[in-house]
Amino acid sequence: MTLAATVEGIGLVGPGLAGWSASREILAGRAPYAPGATVIPMPEALPATERRRSGKTVRLALAAGLDAARMAGRDASALAAIFASSGGESENCHAICEALAGEDRLISPTRFHNSVHNAAAGYWGIATGAMAPSDAIGAFDASFAAGLLEALVRLAADPSQAALLIAYDTPYPEPLNASRTIADSFAVALVLSAGGAKAGPRIAAWLDEAPSAAMDETALEGVRTGIPAARSLPLLRALALEAPGEASLEYLDGKSLRVRVRP
Amino acid sequence: MQPIRISAFTAASGLGRGVASLRTALERGESGLTSERFETCDLDTWIGIIPGLDEQALPAGLEGFDCRNNRAAEAALLEDGFARAVEAVSRRHGPQRVGVFLGTSTAGILQAELAYRRRDPADGALPADFDYRRTQNTFSVVDYVRTRLSLEGPAVAISTACSSSAKAFASAARYIEAGLIDAAIVGGVDTLCLTTLYGFNSLQLLSAQPCRPYDAGRDGISIGEAAALVLLERGSRDDEASTWLLGCGESCDAYHMSAPHPEGAGARLAMQAALRSAGLEAGAIDYVNLHGTGTPSNDAAEDKAIEAVFGREVPCSSTKGMTGHTLGAAGGIEAIVCMLALDAGLVPGSPGTREIDATLNARYELEPRRAKLATALSNSFGFGGTNCSLVFGRSSPAA
Repeated sequence: MTLAATVEGIGLVGPGLAGWSASREILAGRAPYAPGATVIPMPEALPATERRRSGKTVRLALAAGLDAARMAGRDASALAAIFASSGGESENCHAICEALAGEDRLISPTRFHNSVHNAAAGYWGIATGAMAPSDAIGAFDASFAAGLLEALVRLAADPSQAALLIAYDTPYPEPLNASRTIADSFAVALVLSAGGAKAGPRIAAWLDEAPSAAMDETALEGVRTGIPAARSLPLLRALALEAPGEASLEYLDGKSLRVRVRP
Repeated sequence: MQPIRISAFTAASGLGRGVASLRTALERGESGLTSERFETCDLDTWIGIIPGLDEQALPAGLEGFDCRNNRAAEAALLEDGFARAVEAVSRRHGPQRVGVFLGTSTAGILQAELAYRRRDPADGALPADFDYRRTQNTFSVVDYVRTRLSLEGPAVAISTACSSSAKAFASAARYIEAGLIDAAIVGGVDTLCLTTLYGFNSLQLLSAQPCRPYDAGRDGISIGEAAALVLLERGSRDDEASTWLLGCGESCDAYHMSAPHPEGAGARLAMQAALRSAGLEAGAIDYVNLHGTGTPSNDAAEDKAIEAVFGREVPCSSTKGMTGHTLGAAGGIEAIVCMLALDAGLVPGSPGTREIDATLNARYELEPRRAKLATALSNSFGFGGTNCSLVFGRSSPAA
């Protein structure tokens, strides 16, 4: 049982990985990887009010998503959007727990409605005007593969509507960070279509009993294992190589989502 | 979409454990809301509480999952022969062909709230017994149900605020249609916590009375907790099963994070998409279970959307006056309300609502009544402008 798609656009924001054009050189081994803290750009499509109201998790997800839509030359509002994240709104979650443990339990109303797991999906709709369906899902460390599967299944159900997967994570502040350590912020976005007129590499995915594979480069392997959304790196490397290849992505129970790539 | 059979379902809510308590309350038009206080909450509000969760134990070996949300899941799956039905389906298709797709908005966040009260005075650390992965994380309830029932199929937590557990049906239906699985547990679990109580209070959306959807004097929601589990299974039209998932529709408002589109534009799109997915005209729907939270703006927006899609004749009601707004479990519990309504030939009423708002145009039902129902549509909308409508049907309508 395989699910196929054309990858029309890619967005990437991660530690030492600033955008897809620069990162593909690193992932293909044509440029060295220089570790560095993730720099989250401010998505220009977000209206001024929403820029003030939204937090860094939302900005991270939107930045990657808008890059991918632009590369695909797609109208962002027409895409079915799948948002995948292990913990979602990490900073809001911490701030609310802290306030609730305090004396007056005062929560800011904006903080509260920004704390939902689908906050990025909500701001995406406001920024792009998209009334197309969107999902917000989580599957702990398998969140990227679960999101990719969700996007491919959605595409299979309606091949006429291209899908945008955005997988993203931001670290929790302490003390939650000690219970669930996420190394840095990371977002990856893929515009997936049934194919046809648009050019782009083809992928075919299926669930496999074999465990997922590691990255060869030690520092990049640290990123992969340190951030759930970065479990996407083996696929991004296969796409960067622009050669026939395969990627094995972490799924549930030590199993994997295998993805065959054809440029 | 191809209709998908409902092989089993179960629920726990403020009305009790098991669907019999829900069915009785629907028939009698009774509310399960109480003015009792939850935990250390000092807000003047009414809530729906699942009975006995404080004493609910999890099976041996699964203690690490212990939190209110997973206790609610356990409470539900013990009822209505649900766990046994899942075991039978798992044997029939194989555990790797049974998926778990559950909605939740806050999962076991209460566990984190409690842990934050017990931080180490020296370094601020959370207590060592706090298990983030198996309690707080959004995926924890999916992990629990999957582990508890030894299932190995694809699984995901859907967390789109108050549309979460409705969207779980839509997601699972696509997996079944794509051939990845033959059956799935869908629905959702959301339980009381201080985040949602104080959060909705900060938005001034909590009523000090039991909520009154569609009432002229409605002034906010009552929060409830619920676990609603439904077993979907690939079926064929000549199956004996009585109730089917016929269609799913989803949309976004693209308008505001916490306020609905004033004309109900997104809600309309979701209902129209659900009808298209079911291959039905609006006139074929016999009952609509509204999202109907009881805030002035939510009910007004939904009413406009209902009128645009259905006109003014289809019988509608919100059952949130019975269960409270169960947030991420609302789509699941209200799907079960639709199944029970179809099964019993019953249009549910709206306990708590006294005087229907004259500015609203839908045919709103205050009291439960008998009717021949073949189809029902359930609406679930959430923060972030997320909308989901589901259509259920009976192969032979109960008289």
